[in-house]
Amino acid sequence: MTRIKYFQELFQRYRRPGDLVFAVVFLLFALFLLSQLGEQTKWVKRTKWFGQPSLWPSIAVWGMVIFGAFHLLGSIVSPRIYGRLKEVVFWLRSLEYVLYFLAYVAIVPLCGYLPSTILFALFLTLRAGFRRPLHLTLAALFAVCVALIFRGFLQVKIPAGEIYQYLPEAIRAFALTYL
Amino acid sequence: MDTLLSGFQILAQWEVLMALAIGSIGGVIIGALPGVGPAVAIAILLPATFAFEPIVGLTLLLGIYGSSMYGGAIPAILINTPGTPVNALTTYDGYPMTRRKEGHRALSLAYTASFFGGIFSVICLILLSPLLAVIAPHFGSREIFLAAFMGILLVVVAHRGQTFAAGMLACFGIFLNTVGLEPVKYTKRFTFDQSWLSSGFDLIVVVLGLFALSQAFLLLIEKDHAPGDAHVQGSMLAGMKELLGIKRIATVSSSLGVLMGMIPGVGEFTAQFLSYTYAQKTSKNPDAFGDGSPEGLVASEAANNAVPGAAMIPLLALGIPGEALTAMMLSVFYVHNVIPGPQLFETQLDFVMALYLALILLNVIVLVFLLFSTNLLLKIIQIPTRFLGMMILTLSFIGVYSLRNSITDCAIAAGFGVFGLILKRLNLPIVPIILGMVLGGIMEVKLRAAMAAVKTPIDFISRPIAAVIFVMIIGILVLHVRTLIREQKAKQKPEPVGPNYEHSSQQG
Repeated sequence: MTRIKYFQELFQRYRRPGDLVFAVVFLLFALFLLSQLGEQTKWVKRTKWFGQPSLWPSIAVWGMVIFGAFHLLGSIVSPRIYGRLKEVVFWLRSLEYVLYFLAYVAIVPLCGYLPSTILFALFLTLRAGFRRPLHLTLAALFAVCVALIFRGFLQVKIPAGEIYQYLPEAIRAFALTYL
Repeated sequence: MDTLLSGFQILAQWEVLMALAIGSIGGVIIGALPGVGPAVAIAILLPATFAFEPIVGLTLLLGIYGSSMYGGAIPAILINTPGTPVNALTTYDGYPMTRRKEGHRALSLAYTASFFGGIFSVICLILLSPLLAVIAPHFGSREIFLAAFMGILLVVVAHRGQTFAAGMLACFGIFLNTVGLEPVKYTKRFTFDQSWLSSGFDLIVVVLGLFALSQAFLLLIEKDHAPGDAHVQGSMLAGMKELLGIKRIATVSSSLGVLMGMIPGVGEFTAQFLSYTYAQKTSKNPDAFGDGSPEGLVASEAANNAVPGAAMIPLLALGIPGEALTAMMLSVFYVHNVIPGPQLFETQLDFVMALYLALILLNVIVLVFLLFSTNLLLKIIQIPTRFLGMMILTLSFIGVYSLRNSITDCAIAAGFGVFGLILKRLNLPIVPIILGMVLGGIMEVKLRAAMAAVKTPIDFISRPIAAVIFVMIIGILVLHVRTLIREQKAKQKPEPVGPNYEHSSQQG
């Protein structure tokens, strides 16, 4: 029976460390948007209220401010949860992978989808701490399969790599179309 | 009958059957992998499906959506780790059964309950279709506006204990949809004179960031772990016989799943909550709930599997997605210039029938697949989480980049990836943002169209369907306020903190 009581509680949501930081940043962002509302949206003459371009941005931004303020209030009045800084550092650690991802995006048009994907998968596997040849082989195999299925078989719209221009003529056309 | 036959013909194409098989089996595997839900898979595959015929693309995505919860039950029952968030409740009764050496019985029961829920919902839909075809044309702009507003309202109030967070995130979604050049008066909104903001935020880019990239970042940063080994022996057919003894709970749970699936903004969690509470209240052995009760397991699995089929109703009949997954599917329609809505039921009922038949077939494929391959799946799901993160990040690239070959899109998606990671870490819901984006756009267009024919405010709700939806909206608000007052009066104990007491706010 006690587990049922807990189950009822399961459907409530609870705070986690870092909630206050998020609530503050979100409200500041919403207030910034509110300050820009007049500048960034237009109130057009001879147009009724429901056709105004600024109607829905106003509803959205005011909603963000009001709900955001109450959310922040809730965070302030709640007991402090320790580990705030650690949590924020965790969020910031994701930027490292954002950087890798964007580097991958930048090299695909140069090196081609297949070679870039193999490199990216191997690099991430090593970065994630896998050193065994089995893991590296599996990562490379995965990259080859992904590239062949999506670009080769499904013909997903990804440009051919500039590097393919320098391939021998016999395989250049194949690489430009399928790899 | 002709429509049904025509639906069969559409489904009988080899591309459609292939998409159905790949979607169903792929969905089970994806669902069984803790850390990858159907939302991640659908987000990644979405742009790839644009090249297909609408029916092929939708069948593939529907396959993943409808089958992932079957797979999610496996780790939930055997290793106490839900494969998808909606299988969290399954751990409650499934895992205690495994500890009692009844893992095989629990799995078998979960499969058959899921199958029952899935088939029940499709049968309801097929029976309801003629009625929908009659009702749907009566939905004009004002009715669709009110239904979309109700969807936003429900998604906010359904996040109990996080209403403010859900509200601000839904408004953020509406805001995102307004950014860029608006198509009526051609004015710029929140572009800050930046050319990359002029075309606004693409739904797919945002979805990929919030669901797929965020999950990849999360898996890559968090400590690596692999789900433990498990093995089951014996025939999986035993559950069918046992389910017959609990058919009342299975039927009521499936009905609740259908009902909750049909209402925009509600979905699996509420369906499970209601069906589990019903099952526990009417059980001869209520104390066993939460400690390995077969009835609890059936209530959870039948309810969540009845939702995907029903969730197609507001999408197909009104063009209103009820949750994030159907919101993604909506973009498949838009890409092919097939506008879901009342006219779809009038002019393309065979297309709708084909989708329903696909849902039946997918349940059969999944059940047969699971009866023979549970142990194989248990091996597959032992992929280390960081390796899985690498796989998701690699696959996410295709989703974002193949849209327009834009580096800016990738950067925006990565930004939303970080935002999604923060939301997931804080257990704040992502779905309100997606629904805000989609329903916000619908509300803007429909309000403008509706007000042209409205002279006084009361005109807006003078038509019967509009009046009914309006009363429902008032009812939802009154009920919400009443619940809040009751909770206040009950003076609940202070909120506990920590992962052991939490219910995930994430979908997919």
